Amino acid sequence: MRDVRVAGAGLTAFGHVPERTSRDLFAEASITAFEDSGVSREDVEALLYGNFMGELSEHQGHHGPLMAEAAGVQAPATRYESACASSGTAVRDAVMRIRNGEDDVVLVGGAERMTNLGTAGATEALAIAADDLWEVRAGMTFPGAYALMAQAYFDEYGGEHEDLAHIAVKNHENALSNEKAQYQSAIEIDDVLEAPPVSEPLGLYDSCPISDGAAAVVLVSDDYADENDLDAPVRISGTGQGGDRMALHDREFLARSPAARDAGEEAYADAGIDASDVDVAEVHDCFTIAEVLAIEALDLESVGEGISAARDGRTTADGDTPVNLSGGLKAKGHPVGATGVSQIAELADLLSGEHPNSEFVADATTGVAHNAGGTVASATVHVLEVMD
Amino acid sequence: MSDDESAVQDAGFDEWIDAAESGEAYALECPNGHGSLPPRRVCPDCGATDLEEVSLPDTGEIETFTVTHVPTPAFEEDAPYATAIARFGPVRLTGQVVGTDLETVENGLEVEVEITVSETTGERVLGFSPA
Repeated sequence: MRDVRVAGAGLTAFGHVPERTSRDLFAEASITAFEDSGVSREDVEALLYGNFMGELSEHQGHHGPLMAEAAGVQAPATRYESACASSGTAVRDAVMRIRNGEDDVVLVGGAERMTNLGTAGATEALAIAADDLWEVRAGMTFPGAYALMAQAYFDEYGGEHEDLAHIAVKNHENALSNEKAQYQSAIEIDDVLEAPPVSEPLGLYDSCPISDGAAAVVLVSDDYADENDLDAPVRISGTGQGGDRMALHDREFLARSPAARDAGEEAYADAGIDASDVDVAEVHDCFTIAEVLAIEALDLESVGEGISAARDGRTTADGDTPVNLSGGLKAKGHPVGATGVSQIAELADLLSGEHPNSEFVADATTGVAHNAGGTVASATVHVLEVMD
Repeated sequence: MSDDESAVQDAGFDEWIDAAESGEAYALECPNGHGSLPPRRVCPDCGATDLEEVSLPDTGEIETFTVTHVPTPAFEEDAPYATAIARFGPVRLTGQVVGTDLETVENGLEVEVEITVSETTGERVLGFSPA
């Protein structure tokens, strides 16, 4: 089987730039990715592009060709939409296309323009990731859904808001040196506990921000990398995807995410590793509780134990398995359609020693990226390994 | 959205809300006993296509809940409000808890389905009130 390498990556700064179109954001990310990769645009055989709410925020559908044009790529292009896991699913399909010999060079990316909608508008747009008839019309919001999961978790396994606050504090700390991050500011436990409530128990500082931004990676076959003498030391060695019932109330366990567990098990098996081999993880912490569910689903923590991982220092930068050294969605920001690809970009940099936080994982060889859609009705997991 | 468009119903769902309003809420059940909600032709658990309407029990039990302070625009004037997931026989439902103070909402609270109305939009909303 052919191997898949990350030849280059590019991110825009994530943040509040309501006037910037997604085509402009993606163009910027793609320019950086091409410069970083040394790959010529004319070698690109496909663009796979993730976006979630373009119809609502920009009155724009049919993003594929628009974004190929923005990136200066003459190749067929397809948009992937799986809510917040949109570009994770794009990465997965790119990996499979390269492995099966269909393509040698694929541009994978994503972008989201959100802040032009305002808080209420973005809340409304994000809610369409849930079941419109049976959840949204009853008043459930996206933070509301994760709040229900947090309450269910506390009831089932224990824990309290302060445990979650440690996750927010950790991820803000990690983002201090990440110049792409939306928040490069430290926060304290009390800031989290005293923040205005969004959906109890979650408050403002338990929630990722509303963000604009884009991400792009150039993925190539090992053959292409060798032939073109590319500096591409990181490979995507495992891919997995899981699915679940759409509505949270239809899940057997409200405080677990089996779709992510399935995706993780598939990705680990694909890469020939197990959870104990994972040195560093980028996970989908759209809310603090989501990081707990993610690290348990990835088997980095036992079920019921993930709640204490940040508080007890197991997932902090100097812990055994640092989680979200980029700052995560919480502090780096969450331009929805860009998030899955941005995790691959951050992880590749962390493993190859090019990330400002690489010093914390100097001996790391294996990383995992976890991207989740909705209340984890969709999930993708990718394993990245740096070659000797 | 024009008046004409907003008058278009969602077949299956609006009938269910009508039925619930008359105290006749139901679930769909397949021969293997899997419960689901309409509109639905196929059991999501096992693929069975002979789904039958079964009455929901008169009361259900709140399994988890949250109080939402930052709503979507459709619930702007309703916030803060409690959203709960409650078990009614073969299915769980997500609904807004009405008819009680937010402080009294708790897990295990026995509730019945009550179709309420959004203070913001006047639209009908699936709700729960203490039994």
